[in-house]
Amino acid sequence: MKIEKLDAPQLLGLNKFNVDEEAAHIVIDKTICARCLEKPCLVVCPAVLYKLDKNGEISFDYAGCLECGTCRVMCKNKGIIKWEYPRGTFGVTYRY
Amino acid sequence: MSDTEKFDAIIIGAGPAGSACAYTLAKEGKEVLVIERADSPGAKNVTGGRLYTYALEMVEEGLTQEAALERRVTHEQIMLLDGDRSINIDYHNPAFNEAGQVPHAYSILRARFDEWFASKAEETGAMVACGIKVDELLVKDGKIAGVIAGEDEMYADVVIAADGVNSLMGQKAGLIKDISAASAGIGVKETIELPAEIIQARFNLNNEEGAARMILGCTEGIHGGGFLYTNQDSISLGCVFMPEEVARHGQSVHQIFQNFKMHPSIYPLLEGGETVEYAAHLVSEDGFRGIPGKLYRDGFLMIGDAAGFVINTGSSIRGIDLAILSGIAAARAVIDSQDPVRVGPAYMQELNNIGLIPAMKAVEGYKDLLEIPRIYTSYPGLAADVFTRLFTVDGQVPRSLRKEIKGLLKQNQLSLWQLLKDGLRGYRSI
Repeated sequence: MKIEKLDAPQLLGLNKFNVDEEAAHIVIDKTICARCLEKPCLVVCPAVLYKLDKNGEISFDYAGCLECGTCRVMCKNKGIIKWEYPRGTFGVTYRY
Repeated sequence: MSDTEKFDAIIIGAGPAGSACAYTLAKEGKEVLVIERADSPGAKNVTGGRLYTYALEMVEEGLTQEAALERRVTHEQIMLLDGDRSINIDYHNPAFNEAGQVPHAYSILRARFDEWFASKAEETGAMVACGIKVDELLVKDGKIAGVIAGEDEMYADVVIAADGVNSLMGQKAGLIKDISAASAGIGVKETIELPAEIIQARFNLNNEEGAARMILGCTEGIHGGGFLYTNQDSISLGCVFMPEEVARHGQSVHQIFQNFKMHPSIYPLLEGGETVEYAAHLVSEDGFRGIPGKLYRDGFLMIGDAAGFVINTGSSIRGIDLAILSGIAAARAVIDSQDPVRVGPAYMQELNNIGLIPAMKAVEGYKDLLEIPRIYTSYPGLAADVFTRLFTVDGQVPRSLRKEIKGLLKQNQLSLWQLLKDGLRGYRSI
């Protein structure tokens, strides 16, 4: 990708991922998230994987996860009910 | 694997801490198993970054020469940004890189470096098993006796957690709680490929020489900063932010970083290059105060990032060298303790002997200095204003610089009193 402002999907498209289709390593409980006013996940996830859909509900896709753990650290109301590393060999593979 | 087989040590994580530990143990004939969840060592790991070579030389003299490294850091730079303006300080000291001496520091890329380092540990006799995630610790009679990965149980006299900043193993062992948001920064990075000769021309470098740059004023006033490292044929450009402040600010980490990349003083360094990867990682920001109260329990030790071993003084950021030191210290403790119960206390002693704990203690106060919010909100702008005045000649009768500075302080919502107070706080911190 040439040097310009890239949106998150463009950046994630450069990375090598081996997505675990059978098991999500991060799981959120949307009913808890609905009660969370701050929703820091929307801005702190560097991969911008937490989004608000048109109903104002949080949507999350673990497929592009960079496994940094920021959402885990910032999730105050524990809407993230499971945060683990992906199973062996799955997830992001940094090549540099 | 049969249940009767038992290792002297199982190390969780093949980063620099794990590999240094495995290398040192294997060299002494210990049976070591390193378990790494990635396909290959380094594939989950991120640095800015650089390696201070003294640590590698402590593992084994001469290791630096054969290591997978990028460029010798010969130019240390500090950059301040404010709006479109910039100030860049370039410190070059040939004495850091005299012929015949091991260069002081190298830029590195972790996928390459960690893979090389783990392969060295393997050559020395350690077993490195990749693509396996440790799920649980095995506890027997109150002692950590091994690990569980999927269906497999593996036993060892000591389990060493080298599983990084999100040490889930340390949590499972009951030694640490969830990391608090105030104690970790979120780092993001693009790796940008550029031909070596272009990098050398843009940064005024000779062949194999490299630049390391810390950047202030690129985080929208959020506690944090930018970094730039020149690799052989790529540039690592990134930013670190305190996530709680990002949440209050409201602009996303991704967005602020993309704006920074396009800054008129940054973009020309990257122009014509190609982004090939986007990475993110947490970094512990608490220094000495962030080290968990207890780093061991019976049959279990924590090393590297898992143990909070990071130093940030603003000008130097150290993690990999400390990880390596802690790996050596843990290995020495295992080698020298006949009685397994003594391993934990011996490890603490070795951390002192090797100078890690004293080094972290010595710079403990820098955290107070770096917590002055004006470093991120006002001072880069003040500096840029002062430089603007210094270099502006427009035919007007110049006001005295003293008067000018007073005006500039006001313009940046600062007072002389505030400046003095921060200066004193800074002085006391260091």
